Amino acid sequence: MAKHARRATAESPIARIALIGVALVFLFLFLLLPLLAVFAEALRNGLQPFLEAIVEPDAWSAIRLTLIVAAISVPLNIVFGIAAAWAITKFDFPGKGILITLIDLPFSVSPVVAGLIYVLMFGASGWFGPWLQEHDIEIVFAVPGIVLASVFVTFPFVARELIPLMAEQGRDDEEAALSLGASGWQTFWHVTLPNIRWGLLYGVLLCNARAMGEFGAVSVVSGHIRGETNTMPLHVEILYNEYNFVAAFAVASLLAMLALVTLVLKSILEWRFDYHRTGTGH
Amino acid sequence: MVQVNGGTVALGGQQIDRSIAPRAARRRRSVMPGFGLTFGFSLFYLCLIVLIPLSAVFVKTAGMGLDRFFDVAFSERVVASYRLSFGAAFVAAGVNAIFGLLIAWVLVRYDFPGKRVVSAMVDLPFALPTAVAGIALTALYADTGWVGQYIEPLGVKVAYTPLGVVVALIFIGLPFVVRSVEPVLDDLGADVEEAAAALGASRLKTFRRVILPAIAPALLTGFALAFARGIGEYGSVIFIAGNMPFQSEIAPLMIVTQLEQYDYQGATAIAAVMLIASFLLLLLINLIQIWSRRRMEG
Amino acid sequence: MKRPTAIVTTMALALAVAGCSKPSGEAAGSVTLLNVSYDPTRELYKEINPAFAQEWKAKTGQTVSFRMSHGGSGKQARAIADGLEADVATLALAYDIDLLAERKLLPAEWQARLPDNSAPYYSTIVFLVRKGNPKGIKDWGDLVKPGIKVVTPNPKTSGGARWNYLAAWAYGRKASGSEAGARDYVTRLFRNVPVLDSGARGATTTFAERGIGDVLLAWENEALLAQKELGVGKFELVAPSLSILAEPPVAVVDANVAKHKTADAAKAYLDYLYTPKAQEIIAKNGYRPRNPEVAARYADTFPKLTLATIDGDFGGWKKAQAEHFADGGTFDAVFAQAKR
Repeated sequence: MAKHARRATAESPIARIALIGVALVFLFLFLLLPLLAVFAEALRNGLQPFLEAIVEPDAWSAIRLTLIVAAISVPLNIVFGIAAAWAITKFDFPGKGILITLIDLPFSVSPVVAGLIYVLMFGASGWFGPWLQEHDIEIVFAVPGIVLASVFVTFPFVARELIPLMAEQGRDDEEAALSLGASGWQTFWHVTLPNIRWGLLYGVLLCNARAMGEFGAVSVVSGHIRGETNTMPLHVEILYNEYNFVAAFAVASLLAMLALVTLVLKSILEWRFDYHRTGTGH
Repeated sequence: MVQVNGGTVALGGQQIDRSIAPRAARRRRSVMPGFGLTFGFSLFYLCLIVLIPLSAVFVKTAGMGLDRFFDVAFSERVVASYRLSFGAAFVAAGVNAIFGLLIAWVLVRYDFPGKRVVSAMVDLPFALPTAVAGIALTALYADTGWVGQYIEPLGVKVAYTPLGVVVALIFIGLPFVVRSVEPVLDDLGADVEEAAAALGASRLKTFRRVILPAIAPALLTGFALAFARGIGEYGSVIFIAGNMPFQSEIAPLMIVTQLEQYDYQGATAIAAVMLIASFLLLLLINLIQIWSRRRMEG
Repeated sequence: MKRPTAIVTTMALALAVAGCSKPSGEAAGSVTLLNVSYDPTRELYKEINPAFAQEWKAKTGQTVSFRMSHGGSGKQARAIADGLEADVATLALAYDIDLLAERKLLPAEWQARLPDNSAPYYSTIVFLVRKGNPKGIKDWGDLVKPGIKVVTPNPKTSGGARWNYLAAWAYGRKASGSEAGARDYVTRLFRNVPVLDSGARGATTTFAERGIGDVLLAWENEALLAQKELGVGKFELVAPSLSILAEPPVAVVDANVAKHKTADAAKAYLDYLYTPKAQEIIAKNGYRPRNPEVAARYADTFPKLTLATIDGDFGGWKKAQAEHFADGGTFDAVFAQAKR
């Protein structure tokens, strides 16, 4: 944000400090404290067991699988999110409310059900089960099932991040570009995309974080085969159930740190492109 | 130049026209391309990933008789679990709407040391596997925990009570509100506020009359998403809830219970009820949101 | 993000990486078995598998490797029924393997194919109390005293908890001499339960790590493991006057071994569990061995108990499940009463 002419529209210093204070206390209580608890558990016996837990082969295969799952499900949902947001915010059509609600729906579907529906479709006695078995194609209890479940639970993120933003920005910029003779794709790449850049990035980050962290739905379709179909969250559960608390929380904190890496990346990008924004204004 | 969406906005009693293109021009068949492509693809993908798989829930449920459906999906115990799931999700989303807005505001408007770190932290509930969050929260709030040992003597029991469910849902829902509001708040130029201030509006009045209406749709979105996520949440809640029948059992646990009895139909019956209820609630929120946006524009 | 092609390439790459990791069936001179088991057997099979692999190699020259899957017993049974291609199922309840028989994955009389009801090891339900047994808990009767907090998982979601429940029921029936008395006892017991975790290990953690409750109802092997893993000297094991015979069964999943051509190895694997060497490992891991000589060596660890049986005292799992744990069964009724 530009720092110009804030005085007339700024709160008094006391109010400002109070607001920051309340926000920080809330974040501390509800976010930081649980996170600290995770790290405290992970480092309970020092750094050595922490590192051992992470370099263990089962942990590695879980990390690999988690990254693969995220690498497939996030791009799919990016494409969908942009398309859906474009259709919803740039055009008027009846039933828009229903469409948005259907996009939201996966959030409210219990992870247990999110996994179950794919079992009902692709499981041995599911709709496509017999056909899949005949052709020896594995979907549930294998990687494709895990990907599907992850796509499902992260389905709304990008779209939901973009819709309010693009609705807020309106259609004027695009219409101006189009009336100046730009093609649809040109308008999208050079006008819309720069406008929604940060919203899109947020959406992708959230989508990615959740794809890596999803537990419930993936747990239903994974089959829990050690070293093969266990994602990081499932590996955490296994370790926890083995009373190996240090290792469980070590892998969990690694997941949290993976999310932090993407956030740092975002911060760097933001800083790098900052002059663009203050420079051009709107 | 004010960049916000077209139309007019009530500003200290004055109507200021902020649209660049006249409204009528935008209402006519849009010059915007790509409707067929984007709408078609969205619908296709939505059907493939969400609607067809979800229909399995209803198809499976349809296989059971109406009597059994009501027996399973509306037994006293299951109804108590709906009450808890929807109630706790609503309360948690409300808390998150208030504090999420505050946090977004602080992050966008103020500079303070460690702001980047705070901002990065907000997304953590998404990254932490829900089960880990549940375990961590339980460890904190159990009466031997960091927090529990101080609030327990005050008569506040969090772990293994419905209050614990709310706490877990606040944790997993917070990023939705912050991340929905933040970009809109960021995008909302200072210009409008300056104008309002110049016209003599107090800071609070400017917030209520100018800023709040502008971010209301985003705030409502955040609320809806946090609420939706809370209804179905399982992993983080199950550890802290205590799972006592009639008291602290959440609806997703009832689904799991049915599955453990190998009763797939019973499970989908409860899932179907939850699905329809949350669809209707979300639809209501989204319609309010669209309506409020229209009102703001018109 | 450059162009859609970039996305497609990423995905194709990722899929390719994902696709190349599916070992299956029998290659020349090697075989892979998928053992789908329940939670508490992790440590056990971690030791059994290499021992069997060694013996199998010496006998046939074939290398056998294992893929292990652990989870709640009911969930694992459902996964196999829904298409997880287990070669052998080693679960907590015969009821769970019956589901597989229902789905025609193995014959209905599977339980008669191996000795001892297809259960190469057995266990029972015991009490785990805090050091020094401060509440003086000796038997089931002490659990219903006012002020005692009992931790057990939810019988609706945890197979282990069903054993707890039925053991309590058996005691109540013996103490009062009637079914009504049993129900009354169990109702009073559940009035003292502050938390119902969804799984057995969750309950153990609640008791041991969160410090909730005075006594934990647990499988003997779980109690022994908890003592070892969660703090030596922090807990004591109390054997009640009456408990229940818990027989976790094992079975070859015929349909899957036929498909994978792994029948010989799978069968030999389960037979191996009955050998003295495996029985020794079993006893070491806190399960009661079947082999009398091994059992004699571990007599100190496993005190003699009077054990009720599912088949003898509850008419088999199907009946017990329908009567006690199905919707509207005694557990629901007991709970409705306990909480009013």
